[in-house]
Amino acid sequence: MSELRFDDVTVRYGTGRRATTAVDGVSLVVPPGEIVGLVGESGSGKSTLARAAVGLVPVHGGRVLLDGEPVAGRRRAAGPSPVQLVFQDPASSLDPRMTVGESVAEAVPRERGTSRRSAAVRAEVERLLTLVHLDPDRAGARPGQLSGGQRQRVAIARALAARPRVVVADEITSALDVSIQGAVLNLVRELQRDLGLSILFISHDLAVVRYVAGQVAVLHRGRVVEQGETAQVLGDPRHDYTRSLLAAVPRPPAGSLTTSTIDSTRTTRRTT
Amino acid sequence: MPLTTPTPTAAPPAGLAPHRWLRFAVRRSGRLLVSLWVLVTAAFLMIHLVPGDPVRASLGPTASAELVAARRESLGLDQPLWVQYATYLRDLLTGDLGTSFGSQLPVADTIAQRLPATATLALLAFLVAVLVAVPVGVAVAVATRRGRAPRTELGFASTSVFLATIPDFLLAVALVWVFGVTLGWLPIAGQDGAASFVLPVLALAVGPAAVLARIVRVEMLAVLETDYVRTARAKRLPPAAVHLGHALPNAVTASLTLGGLLLGQLVAGTVLVESVFAWPGLGSTVVESILAKDYPLVQGTVLVYGVGVLVVNTMVDVALAVLDPRSTIGES
Amino acid sequence: MPARLPAPTRRPASARLPAILRTPLGVTGAALLALVLVTAVLAPLLWGDAAEAVDTAAMLQGPSADHWAGTDNLGRDLLFRTLVATRLSVALALAATALAVTVGLLLGTASLLLGPRAGRLVTAGVNIAVAFPGLLLALSFAVIFGVGQVGSVLAIGLSGAPAFARLCQTLVAGVATRDYLAAARLAGVGRLRILLRHVLPDVGGPLVVNVTIGAGGALLSFAGLSFLGLGVQAPAYDWGRLMQDGLDRIYLDPLAALLPGFAVVVAGLAFNLTGEAVARTFSIDSISGVSLLAGGALRTRRRPDAGGLPGQDATPSADVPLDAGPDLVLDVADLVVTVPTPAGRVRPVRGVTFQVARGEAVGVVGESGSGKTLTALAVARLLEPPTTVTARRLSFQGRDLLTGDHRTLLGTELAMVFQDPASSFNPVRRMGGQLAEGARHHLGLSRRQARDRAVDRLRSVRIGDPDRRAGQYPHEFSGGMRQRAMIGLGLMGSPALIVADEPTTALDVTVQRQVLDLLAEVRERDAVALLLISHDVSVVADVCDRVLVMYAGRVVEDLPAAGLATSARHPYTRALVAAVPHLETDLDRPLAVIPGRPVDPADLAAGCPFAPRCPLADARCRAEDPELVDGVACWRPGEDLPSAVPEEATA
Repeated sequence: MSELRFDDVTVRYGTGRRATTAVDGVSLVVPPGEIVGLVGESGSGKSTLARAAVGLVPVHGGRVLLDGEPVAGRRRAAGPSPVQLVFQDPASSLDPRMTVGESVAEAVPRERGTSRRSAAVRAEVERLLTLVHLDPDRAGARPGQLSGGQRQRVAIARALAARPRVVVADEITSALDVSIQGAVLNLVRELQRDLGLSILFISHDLAVVRYVAGQVAVLHRGRVVEQGETAQVLGDPRHDYTRSLLAAVPRPPAGSLTTSTIDSTRTTRRTT
Repeated sequence: MPLTTPTPTAAPPAGLAPHRWLRFAVRRSGRLLVSLWVLVTAAFLMIHLVPGDPVRASLGPTASAELVAARRESLGLDQPLWVQYATYLRDLLTGDLGTSFGSQLPVADTIAQRLPATATLALLAFLVAVLVAVPVGVAVAVATRRGRAPRTELGFASTSVFLATIPDFLLAVALVWVFGVTLGWLPIAGQDGAASFVLPVLALAVGPAAVLARIVRVEMLAVLETDYVRTARAKRLPPAAVHLGHALPNAVTASLTLGGLLLGQLVAGTVLVESVFAWPGLGSTVVESILAKDYPLVQGTVLVYGVGVLVVNTMVDVALAVLDPRSTIGES
Repeated sequence: MPARLPAPTRRPASARLPAILRTPLGVTGAALLALVLVTAVLAPLLWGDAAEAVDTAAMLQGPSADHWAGTDNLGRDLLFRTLVATRLSVALALAATALAVTVGLLLGTASLLLGPRAGRLVTAGVNIAVAFPGLLLALSFAVIFGVGQVGSVLAIGLSGAPAFARLCQTLVAGVATRDYLAAARLAGVGRLRILLRHVLPDVGGPLVVNVTIGAGGALLSFAGLSFLGLGVQAPAYDWGRLMQDGLDRIYLDPLAALLPGFAVVVAGLAFNLTGEAVARTFSIDSISGVSLLAGGALRTRRRPDAGGLPGQDATPSADVPLDAGPDLVLDVADLVVTVPTPAGRVRPVRGVTFQVARGEAVGVVGESGSGKTLTALAVARLLEPPTTVTARRLSFQGRDLLTGDHRTLLGTELAMVFQDPASSFNPVRRMGGQLAEGARHHLGLSRRQARDRAVDRLRSVRIGDPDRRAGQYPHEFSGGMRQRAMIGLGLMGSPALIVADEPTTALDVTVQRQVLDLLAEVRERDAVALLLISHDVSVVADVCDRVLVMYAGRVVEDLPAAGLATSARHPYTRALVAAVPHLETDLDRPLAVIPGRPVDPADLAAGCPFAPRCPLADARCRAEDPELVDGVACWRPGEDLPSAVPEEATA
């Protein structure tokens, strides 16, 4: 169990007058063994923050710390990154030419000189696929032969193969069909519960974040405008932006719920 | 609410705002200058990269040592390299391209005398290629999209591959034989009146036209599948308005980049075609000077061709910026 | 060497070889290539001596029985010389191509091997070099390396390198944006292995095509150089050299120049046709690789293929009364959409029946491949051949859309809103004009009147400063503004129905709210009906009066939106509602899971298509496909579902 800490992190793109600040002084902590949700709209900087966390984009100000040590410094060393990222679209994050077993095996740490095809690696791949509820026999399948949800579970297995101390999940359900997204969300909760993983869970969907994350931070134009316990932030938002986000969420199917505070403001607008 | 009077020309559209144009102009001229510098330096170094002594190579093994030394001195080859480079640049700025080994005439004069014939030829050929290729490409795209008219598609594909495969000089030879020798309809050598342009222009234009028609067709097919063409269809405009009003401008814009490269190749193609038709242009000069190892003349002509290509590319970029409101912004 | 942009490929070229050989271009190309290569190998062995035999008695002769193509100035047989020259011509072209590809690959992948900074420098250099025509570069190099074989191989090889470098850069840049490269880097995979395992295989297919075509180009360049006297020097000879020798005699004996020229063209065609055929096969592959899910078939470029359908549309029905009452805006019965694919005809929409009343909002929900988008496009008459639409009844505003031309009706009374506002407007035309042109065409408005109306409609969809905005281009609008402008476009006429296909999927939640509110407002103001296609149950429930749930090209349930959560009877509808978390979802229980994957319309089994994923499915469900009866298409509607949905294991 490890802690991921963003300490006044700023990320800029471009140089000179055309530079834009994508992430602006963000401080955020993912405590050991917890899931922290990060919500925001497109352009809010949430994907940039995810990439900064794993060192895929350089940080211009502040630090990203893993248990108090800078993450970026560790990337120079060989071997997998201790912070792993699960990408939005599994169709793009898995090499279509490699079998899913090979994709996962690439991330399994090995002793110097052992092959990626060694029995130990193969056993580890089987264990990981089982962990994400995939039949280990599917290791020989290529991504094209799997459904979107299965592919995303392979991507999760690959992230876990690197024995990460923290996982960053960037919009991992938004490319999936609705019937499948639930299974992936269940898996995220299960992994946190069973493995004690620390997870930064990024999504634009408040309901999804509410379902998996105990704490939530709201990102707006590169800044965290509000953070706290999920129930508290969503139940009693303090910042105007959080309120407008909540107000914009479509009504869930009527009748399934008791009257809620969020809906009372909008019921008048419904036609018929 | 009172009706506002529309003032169509009041606000300049932001895509063409002056400061964006300025930024574009600065950036593009910068690139042109860098390319020019590379070109000039390459032309300068060309002589120095020739293995051994270029003067000796040019004058031949029988020339006396004194003559070689004298020629070396007159060319400044005995100076340190950077001095030569500085002199070369200074001379260039004053329009002095050196003196031909062979004719002992200033290279600049020879080029000035021969350039117009080549430029006219290339320009005419390009116009013919574009005027044929764009309508053909568009028409074939519309006729064959979504797998319609597969025979037309196959016929177009094989014909265009075939035409693009015939080298321009071979086509020139064949044309000479058919129209000049066998039929005797058209002049086959030299530049003398409008009729003398027909065969060289044809020889130059056919290949590029075939390639360009393919490019236009592919771009047009891609554009026809875009969302905005679907929107145009959803407005229930007549097909001609959809194809010519919405698809064509985008397809032409997309074809421009490759089209510019093609024009550059066409400029180079004049070298071969001119030598078939004994055209009094720069192309024959290049070949003769290379064979004669007349290095100053080679240097000058290659430089002029290079500048021609750079000018064409710059013009293509400017055309792109004018036609596509996004390009001045999106360019990196 | 024309740079050819790659079609996405998924399988190695070797697996495609038989397919290439089945196309006419492929057969011709491969046959010619075989002929050229065999000649290159055998001709010098068979006729090498004959080609060198000097016959002073028969110098400069025309074609004769002894010498079919005549003789040269030493009396050597030109036909044999042309055949023997094949080896040198082809070998030199291949050598130059190999050089061009090697240098090009090194330069093109520099950004991956050397890191971004050095890569940028190389890219800039290549960008300058690629602008110069190959022949010009070759001439310059010929000056440096001197005339002759080695010089021209170097000249043509190096002059071809920038084009290959550029191609590699383009291809690599395409791959580099894929997340799997980032993922591999995070997994600790080294740069070289990333290049070898992840990048090169993807780049390989298009590269093979371009190498083949590049070899053809090199062959022609060589002929050109030799023709100018700058290439192969006597006594060696290639085709270009033979042509040059023959040119002087073209008045007397054209064959001397044209025969080697013919050889050049045949060899050039062999390479180019083969490359072309490979390229076409790859793009066929990219099509057969696309499943029909997500309406992808619509956006796919299709190749001519056996079994292509004639562009015939619609079987009009004679006896059905079309006007089912003044309150019906849209009346659809048994709508079927057929898409021809390389694997045969597929029916992604298989008999959809529904009606939309005046002012009613009907939602269509379903997953990818359910046929909801195709249904919307079919209703709007926006599907084009070879996709075909048939129906027992398809009427809009009481007019039969299956027969006749309804341009003006559809152009003024049917409004469309598409998914991606970023790509739905023409990028090179001003917004005002794009709104105005339909009104000018259908309503006969003057330019001025149409523009005034466009400005007015932009204002009515809450676009500030509409007069200035009308003069702007689409890229100067934000995503939400563009979608509102799209609605404004629909309001240029007097719409009775708005068909909105995933109108908010590409938008943020707050912007989505604005667009949904605007749609609601428009409906209320003018009693406009709405057909809203969405994958998002909560959006549909929020906006619509009635919901059609689609699965595998059919409507499986037709119910009031208010009843979605409580009175849905189809197990699919119920699972769909339960699988999506909302702000009141019980946090202590796992989300409902629908095992398996959405069905691919190309791959439908007998029985109810949902049966493989349905907890209630029995033998009858697997054997017979239920019809939509009384609002639900299920053999066991409304039965209790097994309480605990087991975690999905495999599918």
